[in-house]
Amino acid sequence: MTHDDDIVHATRRRFLTDAAALAGSLGLGLSLMVTPARATPETMRAAIKKVIGEASLQKGKVKLDLPPLVENGNVVSVSVSVDSPMTATDHVKAIHIFNEKNPLPDVLGVRLGPRAGRASFSTRIRLADTQTITAIAEVSDGTFWSASVEVIVTLAACVEVL
Amino acid sequence: MARALINVPAKAKRGEIIEIKTLIQHEMETGFRVGTNGQVIPRDIITDFICKYNGEEIFRAELHPAISANPFFTFFTVATESGTISFEWSGDNGFAVSETATITVE
Repeated sequence: MTHDDDIVHATRRRFLTDAAALAGSLGLGLSLMVTPARATPETMRAAIKKVIGEASLQKGKVKLDLPPLVENGNVVSVSVSVDSPMTATDHVKAIHIFNEKNPLPDVLGVRLGPRAGRASFSTRIRLADTQTITAIAEVSDGTFWSASVEVIVTLAACVEVL
Repeated sequence: MARALINVPAKAKRGEIIEIKTLIQHEMETGFRVGTNGQVIPRDIITDFICKYNGEEIFRAELHPAISANPFFTFFTVATESGTISFEWSGDNGFAVSETATITVE
């Protein structure tokens, strides 16, 4: 191997590593730009924590009704009902709905009381992706109950360009 | 002016649990969509919905961008006395709409 070959190899190696580094940083930059801000299971947990504080979350009592397969994420009918006698001493105070993958973890917060007669409501929500939806009910004795449902979304909401 | 549709039974027996349905016309612009000019369309949503029965609050909802356009709610209340049930929606850019319905309790 001559001295000239060494130089050629060195520069080529250097060129390749530099190019790879550049491509890497560009790629990273691009992926950062393209990825829209999204709620994650962690941000959902943080949002739930904000509502329940230090109290523990128990499974049950809440019935969360969502279609298992959603064709249009822009309009998804949801109904939540909580097993509660709704008396002055034992009633549901609030119901919250959270999601994992929409841009924001909160969906809806509802306040009701013994005047409701039945701890139940329904509405329509948007879903950006196939994900798990969680409903949490706050009962007047200070306990929190939850239910989760996994939904498959074929046409996502929130991300379309006009 | 946004149109609001309300469905409250005109008559009910005392103590009966009645279902109330409400629907209001609103785009519920999420603030995450990009328009044709490449700019993000600013958020414009209804943030609060309150229902009162003779002045006493019976149902309140805090809305987020994940609520579909034309927010729709159904919920329940106990028919305690004759009177009016009022509905208020408020939101971004000074959005405020109120409606009332009357109910006769026998």
